[in-house]
Amino acid sequence: MNILALSFKYLWSRPLAAALNVLLLALGVASITLVLLTSSQIDQAFERDLKGIDVVVGAKGSPMQLILAGVFHIDTPTGNIPLADVRALQQDPRVATLIPLSLGDSFRGFRIVGTTADYVTHYEAKLANTEVKGAMFKAPLEAVVGADVAQSTGLSTGKSFIGSHGLSTQGHAHGDTPYQVTGVLAPCACVLDRLIVTATESVWRVHEKAIEGDTPLDAEDKKAIADDREVTLALIRYTSPLAAVSFPRFVNTTTGMQAAAPAIEITRLLRMVGVGTDVLRGFGAVLLLTAGLSVFIALWNAVRERRADLAMLRMLGASPQKVAGLLVCEALWLAILASILGLLLGHLLTGAVGYLLQAEKSLPVTGWIWLIEEWAIPATAALVAVVAALIPAIAAYRVDVQSLLKS
Amino acid sequence: MIQTQHLSHAYPGHAALIFPDVELLQGDTLVLRGNSGSGKSTWLALLAGLLTPQQGELSVAGQRLNGLSNTARDAWRANNLGFLPQKLHVSEALTVAENLQLAYFAAGLPFNPAAKAHIESTLAALGVADYAQRKPSTLSGGQLQRVALARAVLLNPKIILADEPTASLDDAAASAAVALLQASAERCNATLVIATHDFRVADVLKKAKTVQFGKNSAQIDINTFLAGVFVD
Repeated sequence: MNILALSFKYLWSRPLAAALNVLLLALGVASITLVLLTSSQIDQAFERDLKGIDVVVGAKGSPMQLILAGVFHIDTPTGNIPLADVRALQQDPRVATLIPLSLGDSFRGFRIVGTTADYVTHYEAKLANTEVKGAMFKAPLEAVVGADVAQSTGLSTGKSFIGSHGLSTQGHAHGDTPYQVTGVLAPCACVLDRLIVTATESVWRVHEKAIEGDTPLDAEDKKAIADDREVTLALIRYTSPLAAVSFPRFVNTTTGMQAAAPAIEITRLLRMVGVGTDVLRGFGAVLLLTAGLSVFIALWNAVRERRADLAMLRMLGASPQKVAGLLVCEALWLAILASILGLLLGHLLTGAVGYLLQAEKSLPVTGWIWLIEEWAIPATAALVAVVAALIPAIAAYRVDVQSLLKS
Repeated sequence: MIQTQHLSHAYPGHAALIFPDVELLQGDTLVLRGNSGSGKSTWLALLAGLLTPQQGELSVAGQRLNGLSNTARDAWRANNLGFLPQKLHVSEALTVAENLQLAYFAAGLPFNPAAKAHIESTLAALGVADYAQRKPSTLSGGQLQRVALARAVLLNPKIILADEPTASLDDAAASAAVALLQASAERCNATLVIATHDFRVADVLKKAKTVQFGKNSAQIDINTFLAGVFVD
């Protein structure tokens, strides 16, 4: 029997205390794992989706709402902006690229985004290799669907679907203007995975058809409608970082639109979310400390109860270090078992959070990943357990062997 | 096997305990008699290498224990000493066989199939093989004593120390326990030292050497104690 086997036997000789300590430590580990996995994935999603977007221009309102709706597609847009104003911005020398987005419709909760092919190129998304070879949308009412959309709705190349007005599933269906799926995008681990992307003209046609109804419009009406065309927002990349100083102010003061800098808004958002994250992290730390205290009490009691056993071991020739090591190994067993259970629980909880977010068509979060930083969690649990075992181990080290002779 | 010369030990704030010189050969049996406080435990602790001799010479199993480091004494004890305490201290957390495995663990010896077979044969020799997988709490006092003895003699020690092995036993059980100890020592060809204030032990071990420790006498006159060493 080696020290690991013996310490395991001793640990489980008091099964209730051992199980409770494992559970307490595991809850702390699970809390910290949950916070680490979710915050890391949300940070990554923000970073990925924001890449190459310096400013978002849209209707006046909350700048954060504009960013959440326009970049991450997890909020409702602030309104629409005139197409003419957007075209004017496109001519601004400070603007390197401008991608217009038209929002407002959805299919089974997945947003339909009217834009240009540049939007797909921006995220470096490619068409998936499917049985039927797909293609990018070229004409109005053609669309490509993101990987999550295809998986969730069953849409594939060649199929058609009818969008509904609004971003909820209860909106009015645009039955007269079905979309044709021309391709499915390969997973890009970005916002495109959960979007249906079509030409901006598609969105105009769907809504103009709704206005037109069964009565054809005359040329004058059509021109009036064309002149009033809008988009929801524009994603802009500057030609130079210096533009960040003047461009937003220019938009906010000289036009009826607002310019919101994603970096600023996301920092603000993360600061707000960060309070919750810190609370959860603190909760995990408190649980770990409580578990550490509980481990200390359990091991201290174990030394008291097993004083004669430990003395007997010394009498049999075990060194004081070996006897103390037995206690440390018991603590390590607790840490190992709690880490396995806690990490499993943390990943399951993160998976559940991801499932809920997926149901909301929100940010992608999964429990089935392993982050390199996670190695720090079992290491922390082991550290807590070993620190908790130090005093009992010292007591075991100093156990009075002569007590065997005095009894 | 055991040789002491001018051995004494003093606890802080107490007068020194001065022990009689003793010389025992391999296979000898010594009955160490004396009341509480007479120095029996201290002498056993010195013999077991748990205390460092402050004065005098102590050689056990061919090893001079004076000046031996703590680590070396632990290793020496694992390889040379078997100990049967008054309270048997058989761990309730482990089975009988696992309690015996502790001897291998403590000595740092590998626990392999040969060791497992040796444990089984030792338990069988003491008539408790059937209880190998049972928890000590399910055994009787006599069975527990056999288990504790099996653990003490498992690694074929050169010295077996037994502390009050007959305490709280009736006459028949006391005789059986002492006979068992003697038989186990003979099987290992070990020197047996029994510390007791029970006169029945000497009655059973008629050929044993005896040292009589009187209360506080160890600290007064070594010659008085030397006179108490009998060899039949």
